[in-house]
Amino acid sequence: MKITVNGEARTTKARTLAELCGELGLLDAKVATARNGEFVPAKLRAQVSLAGGDAIEVLSPRQGG
Amino acid sequence: MSERPSTSGGAEDRLSLYGEVLPSRLLLGTALYPSPDILRRAVEAARPAILTVSLRRESGRDASAGQRFFELVKSLGARILPNTAGCHTAREAITTAQMARELFETDWIKLEVIANDDTLQPDVFGLAEAAGALARDGFKVLPYCTEDLSVAERLLSAGCQVLMPWAAPIGTARGLMNPYALRSLRAYFPDTPLIVDAGIGAPSHAAQAMELGFDGVLLNTAVAKAGDPVSMAAAFAQAIEAGRLAYRAGLMPSRDMASPSTPVAGLAFRD
Repeated sequence: MKITVNGEARTTKARTLAELCGELGLLDAKVATARNGEFVPAKLRAQVSLAGGDAIEVLSPRQGG
Repeated sequence: MSERPSTSGGAEDRLSLYGEVLPSRLLLGTALYPSPDILRRAVEAARPAILTVSLRRESGRDASAGQRFFELVKSLGARILPNTAGCHTAREAITTAQMARELFETDWIKLEVIANDDTLQPDVFGLAEAAGALARDGFKVLPYCTEDLSVAERLLSAGCQVLMPWAAPIGTARGLMNPYALRSLRAYFPDTPLIVDAGIGAPSHAAQAMELGFDGVLLNTAVAKAGDPVSMAAAFAQAIEAGRLAYRAGLMPSRDMASPSTPVAGLAFRD
């Protein structure tokens, strides 16, 4: 299935957002996620199914002003 | 126009935001420092009440970098204030704020909705929309706004309990571009905490904001990009304290003609 992750096209076998985080090597990382512009809390990632064309954002803490 | 301090008490003169009493009137950004160690030393030198942070796309190249930065900021002892920098719509800012709440474990958010990439000026319409939605969702919103009174009214009625008008566009170091409007804002909202955010370049700018009666100053680049960020952080902390003390002491009004300070009576060689 083709999706975009952080703006980049990606082909994935992941069925859920949690599986995608695993595929990205971010299962234990300090990240927050959104699917198609909607926030997905960490505890719901295993319940959120992915669909072709989904736009996923995976963000982590960064310096800011 | 009121010259009275908006808070009371000598030794108890503390900034209070959303019911939380803060130990300083300096809010400091964490970006653009030469190294994490210089950031840490700058914070130790200036003791800001609040440190601003952000969130960005995780590339996966170093998945523990975000965690390490979070741990560093937590260890510095200031309250953490995530921002929604770079968001151009209310929807982007709302989702980013929700992600920040989970990531940084705080419901405080520095709300930025940007209208224009060249000026980085606030989109005040998107800002008011996002502020209302986030306040209803339990966020404590600190909006980066303009000095416009009607915008301020809208943000307060949306649920904001503090306003953060710009001095000048972000990163320009131009200081207070519109002192008249900032003074009006201060007079118009005597009981609302007002923090000057963005465009500060020198400690004198910060002192000027405090002398106008503002409750605090938020800055980043002027410290991070100084030749010696640690000394500059200390300089800003002192300027903010000096400006606050001067405001509370009551500044003399300016006048057009000279007025001698040395007594005129008893002057020699005069009839």
